[in-house]
Amino acid sequence: MAAKAYQRIYTRLEAITKATVSLKATGVSNDELAVVNGKLAQVVKTKGDLVTLQVFSGTEGIPTDSEVVFLGVPPTIKVSDQLSGRFFDAYGKPIDGGPEIEGKEVQIGGPSVNPYKRRQPSELIPTGIAGIDLNNTIVSGQKIPFFADPDQPYNQVMADVALRADVDKIILGGMGLSNDDYLFFRNAFESAGALDKIICFVNTTENPPVERLLVPDMALTAAEYFAVEKNEKVLVLLTDMTLYADALSIVSNRMDQIPSKDSMPGSLYSDLAKIYEKAVQLPTEGSITIIAVTTLNDGDITHAIPDNTGYITEGQLFLRADSDSGKVIIDPFRSLSRLKQRVQNIKTREDHSQVMNAGVRLYADAQNAKTKLENGFDLSDYDHRCLDYAKEYATRLLSIDVNISIDEMLDTAWELFGKYFSKAETGIKQSLIDKYWKGN
Amino acid sequence: MKTTGKVTGIVSNLVTVQVDGPVAENELCYITLDGTPLLAEVIKVAGNKASVQVFESTRGLKNGDSVEFEGRMLEVSLGPGLLSSVYDGLQNNLATMDSVFLRRGEYTDPLDHSKDWEFTPLAKVGDKVEAADWLGEVKEGWLPHKIMVPFSFKGEYTVKSIVAAGPHKIDDTIAVLTGADGEDVNVTMVQRWPVKVAVKAYKEKPRPQKIMETGVRVIDTFNPIAEGGTGFIPGPFGCGKTVLQHAIAKQGEADVIVMAACGERANEVVEIFTEFPELVDPHTGRFLMERTTIICNTSNMPVAAREASVYTAMTICEYYRAMGLKCLLLADSTSRWAQALREMSNRMEELPGADAFPVDLSAIISNFYARAGMVVLNNGQTGAVTVIGTVSPAGGNLKEPVTESTKKAARCFYGLEQNRADQKRYPAVNPIDSYSKYLEYPEIIKYLDEHVEKGWVAKVQKAKNLIRKGREAYEQINILGDDGVPVSYHVNFWKSELLDFVFLQQDAFDSVDALCPIERQRYMLDLLDELCGISFDFEDFEKCREFFKELINDLRQMNYTEFHSKEFEAYSQKIAKMTEEYGS
Repeated sequence: MAAKAYQRIYTRLEAITKATVSLKATGVSNDELAVVNGKLAQVVKTKGDLVTLQVFSGTEGIPTDSEVVFLGVPPTIKVSDQLSGRFFDAYGKPIDGGPEIEGKEVQIGGPSVNPYKRRQPSELIPTGIAGIDLNNTIVSGQKIPFFADPDQPYNQVMADVALRADVDKIILGGMGLSNDDYLFFRNAFESAGALDKIICFVNTTENPPVERLLVPDMALTAAEYFAVEKNEKVLVLLTDMTLYADALSIVSNRMDQIPSKDSMPGSLYSDLAKIYEKAVQLPTEGSITIIAVTTLNDGDITHAIPDNTGYITEGQLFLRADSDSGKVIIDPFRSLSRLKQRVQNIKTREDHSQVMNAGVRLYADAQNAKTKLENGFDLSDYDHRCLDYAKEYATRLLSIDVNISIDEMLDTAWELFGKYFSKAETGIKQSLIDKYWKGN
Repeated sequence: MKTTGKVTGIVSNLVTVQVDGPVAENELCYITLDGTPLLAEVIKVAGNKASVQVFESTRGLKNGDSVEFEGRMLEVSLGPGLLSSVYDGLQNNLATMDSVFLRRGEYTDPLDHSKDWEFTPLAKVGDKVEAADWLGEVKEGWLPHKIMVPFSFKGEYTVKSIVAAGPHKIDDTIAVLTGADGEDVNVTMVQRWPVKVAVKAYKEKPRPQKIMETGVRVIDTFNPIAEGGTGFIPGPFGCGKTVLQHAIAKQGEADVIVMAACGERANEVVEIFTEFPELVDPHTGRFLMERTTIICNTSNMPVAAREASVYTAMTICEYYRAMGLKCLLLADSTSRWAQALREMSNRMEELPGADAFPVDLSAIISNFYARAGMVVLNNGQTGAVTVIGTVSPAGGNLKEPVTESTKKAARCFYGLEQNRADQKRYPAVNPIDSYSKYLEYPEIIKYLDEHVEKGWVAKVQKAKNLIRKGREAYEQINILGDDGVPVSYHVNFWKSELLDFVFLQQDAFDSVDALCPIERQRYMLDLLDELCGISFDFEDFEKCREFFKELINDLRQMNYTEFHSKEFEAYSQKIAKMTEEYGS
């Protein structure tokens, strides 16, 4: 992205904030890139001849007599099969010591798929984790985030999910990843021998926060190449979207925009939707599935970031530590997959949805029994059985360290039902009881 | 001479244009970007600077790019062929676009100009007509689609000529009208109307007279919406807003349904146009898609067009209302529309109101809902537009500007509750906080007395009160423990659970339970009323719980069986036996 000879060079900045610079310039187009004192920047506002640029790596050390060169193009990425197995920074520059990519140069953050051309998502993505496959089955073309407090092992779960999913490409967009987590992903992918189908765009905590704004678009533009042109099933992992939203608020704040709830920009919903709605089942076999992470502050889902996310995504997977089993589980009450009906009992065994509902309902009864216990009321025999069931259900099915097939999950659930309950207490349809009941 | 201008400032989709002539508020213009025309709308004028919101991405736009003003506001084309179409917020036909990706500056025609429609004249030469009077009709699916004197015509006209019955294309002149000034005007089967202006070509808008059935018990019985009425559904995410809206779209007793997917998920729209063509309308036996128009501006499509989408949907409803049809507009979600307004207001650096929304939000919302209503047409027939909007309150907190503003405008409130959703009590409509103002209308009370049952509203109020009493009993039991309260508290609690499980809850995915016609609702409420009227006498609370659990189970099974079928009657008899045992 070097300056070309005929381009005009500006040398006077009118204003500098922590994230933006303004200068007088003409012939500048909206969204185009510029280089300010050697740093990459993007046009975010023009007013008369005053142009405001957002400087991705921050404005530290930028003097008012900086050289500014406009590049005439918005951010782009070169796409080709060479992307496979490579690691890039937020600008799409290799960080793995490998050569530059050759390929077609496309603008990132391109247009949306015509909704009329979409197909209904209907292909199951098994992950081996019962908290997902059994209770919140995910489907290719879906967009779903993990909601997790920062102390939960969300990146590990996501890596597990990615490596077990039957997809052609896994594209990781890391935003504000700690260096340790970045290396974790790298090692996980390498040791699984899956490097050839992995592409990473990474902004670590060591990089400036505003750079993060480029990461999802880079990852998704690469994803669109493989899904649209190569008809591949692509899984995009975005972690952590909360840090992405924080970067949005930094820029909007520096541009003197009026903040809405939780000091987030008023456009947060549209900004997040533009990313998540890239998830698609194309009319061909190609698809883009997005699994993201939204970190929460002490489980608070009413904060603007998880709240807006919840309205956009097709459900959420809620991670929490379970004190009874001592495991991290996928909370069956607060998690939801909106597309699970598309595959349950259709692509999976006929008893799936009934077993899922019974399992969760009995787990809810156990929670009521627990409350009774805490309030000092006497427990009935049923309450005691529920509590025992809950512990085993959490350990053998809800825990994130489970890795079994969906049929095994269903069999395990039947085994627990038979061990702790009578047939009537499960409330499952008689025909399924007759076929699958284990025990007496 | 068209007014022209040059771009002088750009912030995202807000563009400032220096103009060389007159411009109007809400006037359209095209900004040319490398030969591609981008549609935009004037939203503010100061001196010779106009602020316009661009309905497309402004990437690559430059100061100095040329702008041409159109001298008209955002309009839609109205004519046969609107039904079963899928449009974007600006009425571009999404089905006729070729590429998988939406292309900037690609505008497609909403109607098919080459199709022949079998026209039948209704007016005769010499007839005196005015705006919205019927000149003829064509069959659109199974609906009689009236060809009207365009809404924009002022004063009285005389029919000079009208074509004979036969096939015609929408652009063919089907009638020539002579105005009061002696000038002749040609009328075709298509007319245009600015979306932000309400169509008022009707005689009067009386108070609503009857209810619109949805087949959803918690709506039709507990909080009925009137034909031509307004209602809204606020709820946090994951509480079943979409499922409830789709149920209403499938089952609503209306001739025409317009669904505005305003800033929502694309996959939900895909579900509608994948499934509706195969689902059958329970009232007519025809395919649902034949009576449905989808206005689809999903969350990733340009934000300014999102604002336009609800108006486009409303105008199409008003058009069919003028044909004497019953229309239902479902707007999902009006919060996204309000957010679009907020984004623009913010970029224009206006002083913000609550939560950074524009200060006139409340006025904008109430203006929109005010376009609903039942109307008496010039020929004495009636038509109606019923509006149900959803609201997505931030953080699930109902004390936020969009919910509060909508509460002032809409007459029915269907509040979805997180707690009920967590307990899988669907539809999660809160039975205590939700309301329908129409239950207070003497016209509606009279209608229900005549069409459902004498004294119906009193019975409904009684049931609502039982729910309230049950909630109070529940709180007492929770504080004092099962043994700490008299058994009568348990009885009250379980009576409310009975109503909740059997009547309020409804399985939208069950082929029988999903749609409960009003006769069946009457039967069930009468039965429950009778059951709740019994003064039960139980030994202890355990017995009470057992009895009601069984009763609830049997009644729910009844909900899953065909009305008055053998199984249905069998459950009915079993219940009668059970109650004899305990009742006194």
